Amino acid sequence: MADKEKMTLILFSGEMDKALAAFNIAIGGASSGMDVTIFFTFWGLNVIKKSEGSIKSKGVMRNMLNFMNRGGAKRLPLSKFHMGGAGKAMMQKLMKDINFPQVDELMRMAKELGVKFIACTTTMGMMGITKDAFITEVDSFAGVATYIAEASESKINLFI
Amino acid sequence: MKADAIIDCVGLYCPMPIVNTTKKVKEMSEGQVLEIIADDEGVKQDMPNWARMTGNEFLGIEEEKGKYHVFVKKKSR
Repeated sequence: MADKEKMTLILFSGEMDKALAAFNIAIGGASSGMDVTIFFTFWGLNVIKKSEGSIKSKGVMRNMLNFMNRGGAKRLPLSKFHMGGAGKAMMQKLMKDINFPQVDELMRMAKELGVKFIACTTTMGMMGITKDAFITEVDSFAGVATYIAEASESKINLFI
Repeated sequence: MKADAIIDCVGLYCPMPIVNTTKKVKEMSEGQVLEIIADDEGVKQDMPNWARMTGNEFLGIEEEKGKYHVFVKKKSR
């Protein structure tokens, strides 16, 4: 085959179900031989934050925001029926029943298949999140121009 | 149909059958045939489409007792 086809995804949301959908599609693309890039922005950054510890940043508001928004692939709420975690636990049970991987497992799988992770530096600046808050799987830190450059060459672009 | 390798994807849902297929095909040599056994109906459409996208050859599906036996041939350049 000639040049590999490209796919770009924007993960704006920080919820478990939406992250599952994003990684599922990314894995499908990578398995089909495409070059896949996921841009994580806004609440989507929570998906690629380290699970341990809270983030220290400047200012009361940022510290409060980061305290309430600790993130980590295992800590994401459901977008519907979260019910203080009870709904999420039930959903995870249903997933387990059909051998469906959890978010962190899908994320690892996506990485194994060569999916690129890019974190949005604007959100990082606004929320006061530094690079060391993220898991090491993040490939680079960039802004909208990088997204446009990638997306303009992509056949599939999704905003989740 | 005779296969050079078999993978069992029974009980697995999308995207696992194509992930496992992709991994297995990588290990195989060109021209070899892989059999994928699965029970999620999605594979009926997903496997031919996966083959079309990756340039591998889709040889067919045999349905037997609620299980799908999918055959793909690794592309030769």
